[in-house]
Amino acid sequence: MTSFIPHTADERQQMLDRIGVSSVDALFDAVPASLKHPFTLNTLPKNGRSELELQHYLTAMASQNPGAGMLSFMGGGAYARFIPPAVNAIASRSEFYTAYTPYQPEISQGTLQMIYEFQTMMSELTGMDVTNASVYDGATAMSEAAFMAVRATRRKVLYVSKTTNPQYQQVLRTYCHAFGDMALGWFDPDQPLGPQFTHEPNTIAAILVQQPDYYGTIRPLSAYQEAAKATGALLVVAVDPMTLALLDSPRKAGADIVCGDIQQFGNSVNFGGPYGGFLSTTEKLMRQLPGRVVGRTVDKEGTTAYTLTLQTREQHIRREKATSNICTNQSLNVLKATAYLSLLGPQGLHRIASVSAERAHELAKGLLAVPEVSLRSGDAYLYEFAVRLPIPAKTMVHQMAHQYGILAGIDLGKYWPEEDHTLLIAVTELNTPESLERYLSAFRDVIHNRGLSVLPSGMSRDVKMVATGTRGGQ
Amino acid sequence: MAERTLFEQSVAGRQGVTVPDRSTNQDATSWVPQGLLRQEPPRLPEVSQLDAMRHFVRLSQLNHAIDTGFYPLGSCTMKYNPKICDVVGQLAGFTQLHPETPDEFAQGTLEIVFRLQQYLKDLTGFDAVTLQPAAGAHGELVGMMMIKAYHASRHDLKRTEVLIPDSAHGTNPASAVMCGFNVIELPSGPDGLVDLAVLKEALSERTAAIMLTNPNTLGLFEKDILEITQLVHEAGGLCYYDGANLNAIMGITQIATMGFDVMHINTHKTFATPHGGGGPGSGPVLVNTKLEPFLPLPVVEHHDGRYELNFDRPQSIGKVKLFYGNTEILLRAFAYIECFGLDGLKDVSETAVMNANYLKECLRQWYHVPFESTCMHEFIITSQHQHARHGDINTMTLAKRLMDYGFHPPTVYFPLIVPEDMMIEPTETESKQTLDAFVEAMRRIDEETQTNPDTIVQAPHTTPVKRVDEVHAARNPDLNFYKNFRPTNVGPDQLQGCFTASQFCP
Repeated sequence: MTSFIPHTADERQQMLDRIGVSSVDALFDAVPASLKHPFTLNTLPKNGRSELELQHYLTAMASQNPGAGMLSFMGGGAYARFIPPAVNAIASRSEFYTAYTPYQPEISQGTLQMIYEFQTMMSELTGMDVTNASVYDGATAMSEAAFMAVRATRRKVLYVSKTTNPQYQQVLRTYCHAFGDMALGWFDPDQPLGPQFTHEPNTIAAILVQQPDYYGTIRPLSAYQEAAKATGALLVVAVDPMTLALLDSPRKAGADIVCGDIQQFGNSVNFGGPYGGFLSTTEKLMRQLPGRVVGRTVDKEGTTAYTLTLQTREQHIRREKATSNICTNQSLNVLKATAYLSLLGPQGLHRIASVSAERAHELAKGLLAVPEVSLRSGDAYLYEFAVRLPIPAKTMVHQMAHQYGILAGIDLGKYWPEEDHTLLIAVTELNTPESLERYLSAFRDVIHNRGLSVLPSGMSRDVKMVATGTRGGQ
Repeated sequence: MAERTLFEQSVAGRQGVTVPDRSTNQDATSWVPQGLLRQEPPRLPEVSQLDAMRHFVRLSQLNHAIDTGFYPLGSCTMKYNPKICDVVGQLAGFTQLHPETPDEFAQGTLEIVFRLQQYLKDLTGFDAVTLQPAAGAHGELVGMMMIKAYHASRHDLKRTEVLIPDSAHGTNPASAVMCGFNVIELPSGPDGLVDLAVLKEALSERTAAIMLTNPNTLGLFEKDILEITQLVHEAGGLCYYDGANLNAIMGITQIATMGFDVMHINTHKTFATPHGGGGPGSGPVLVNTKLEPFLPLPVVEHHDGRYELNFDRPQSIGKVKLFYGNTEILLRAFAYIECFGLDGLKDVSETAVMNANYLKECLRQWYHVPFESTCMHEFIITSQHQHARHGDINTMTLAKRLMDYGFHPPTVYFPLIVPEDMMIEPTETESKQTLDAFVEAMRRIDEETQTNPDTIVQAPHTTPVKRVDEVHAARNPDLNFYKNFRPTNVGPDQLQGCFTASQFCP
């Protein structure tokens, strides 16, 4: 018996007697003897730890992540924001937390109605008719959107903006390469589109863009809408849904599929996951959606009830003919997003997006006043922007982190070698006006010293000392 | 009475949380060209914090969950989730770590992730692992991508077929197709196992791989597993192990020993990371040296006392997910393994198998058991005897009646090869008292098929809503509170899944 396996020795014996075997080993007779060899353990412990020991260990390991406590201006698809405690209070309800996929609707109405409300809220933000109950993240959402467009149009060519999130691009490449029989083309969104489309117009399944793009730039979507219309391709717009508090819905600009990530809505950055991807689309295309969709219906007495619906798209019914292989999704992250959006409401969301943008523009103003620093993003952006530096961005990130305890942003040389002097900076409501001052002052110092350390060699300030809990987030 | 949606409870001007405001009079018009500005606000709910709390708490109370009752959903391994594992989700040192943080400031998380990689290799006998996939089905996709890359690297391009038993999870064929493979379905033998003669017939120079779960979805161990993997290898194919049923054999045998080249693990099943109403999960994939070069990016490595993310792997299939997998779920899985150690995990599997055999032995008094042999961690029964007594009684009605007794029904109508089946997986965390109470409920339901069949046909009676009209849902789509959809006169094929949905969740 352990805390998690309740049987006493007596009970075990009673159960074995009932089964009619003398020992548990007899239950494994079907496993060939040659397979039952002793394990060679390199690292896996033979015995478990007590809860107390484990708690101490995990707490000690968490303290080995100084990055979590540093003043951060990193975004690039994951943004630290204030998470109202009510969000986690809701998400930690055991009835949500330890349920599974709501297959039996009569005893899963809580999860089902929550997803229905999520679908409605995301459809409101995107302006689309229907939103699915989630896919893994924004990157796989864009790949699923591409596959959806290929199915809907029966065409095989995808044109993708070069300024979409580079990780979304990488995942799309992987997915398309594996499927085979698809072609990926890339275009520069700041150049005329026509000459960049080298495939026959009637072979193009979709045009994929991001708004704002990875650099934070906001562009009119009209050129893409026209190109899609002219070729008969679908327009896929990857969005940051937080920005839709301020920006017009992609539907107005002719989007057929909108995809993105809900991480900012009540979910921690968590070193990359779990987040939650979503796809929103039109009524016309809803039967091409991947993943689960909840519908409102009635029970046999006419009472309002909710259930999974349009299931003939899904793998458990259609197997190899399904729209996707997805099964387990990101339901708990969806719950957090739904709770977050409910608590903030339209005004709260507008205010969060606005205060983030205001502070980003404030910081940008200060940075651009530093000699030889210029704006890499377009003129229109909200709370994320990129600047070109006179020193390598890698050096800036390193110096800011090691000397000032600030995570200055993302060195875009990581993704594009030619962008090795470009730094991507995100500002959220967690970055207070005082923290902007701190950033600016440190940034000026690093530029002034041309990226050389100002400390004697062999010495570095203790990052944990520098990071003085300026972050108020979760 | 049904809980009204939050949209119906909304009162203009209310807000559930206060947030900081701007300090200047700049607004969106200062930053965004006029034509791109939002014209009307999204109709999100406007409710107080208390309104929101009550709404979501009331909704939660409409759910059945592991923490409220027995959940013997076959193939889903609905075991108790130890709360100690939740600690990782509460420590800011983990949750506030941004994925773009330089490695040297993220050593705590990287070390745990690295150690988890080592643990999983020890447990399964494989040589290398990726923790990138976000769920079991995602792991299957990644595994099949690697198999495709392996054959391509050998210029063996005619291998386009993947063999999958007809008892397999639906994700298996769906994942294979997403990698451009053709699926060849293998009919199971009369004993529910892979038929070696059928397998031999299906193997050819076009065989890229076989996808198997062992024990299979009938809860039976493929006793010929060594011959199966050998035959596939001799034909030049690779062997994929669907780890959905790993809870049956941890510590008993290593998956690699059976001859498999690649497998995925559903951490949300085997290692008790909470299911969250349908996710998040994570689906680590383990491989042998043949497939190691193709692992997705990045992998965590340990050099000179430092943990780092390695993106420099030229033969990699590439990135499959944003950043590095569902890290928080991986940390929970690590914590779970730490709670048990290898001996504890073996106890988990032995107890899971004992519980299943105990339930099977008890239930066979009243229910048809199509496969008599010793089961592993789950087993199949059918409603044959009960249906024979009353034509309107079937597996779905029995499942609905179980809800009135406070139990979540087993998985129904899956695997597809046994008509009117029910797949029962009790897991190791349930006590004998709970199992006995379930047996008693099943006995009484069997009795009701003779004494009061209508009670069953009309079930459930005590649930928050009565039998839900799924056909109405399919014909009159209502997927968005603010949108009217056109009714559709859908044909029978579009109604597939209504009332007969099979249920499992890799």
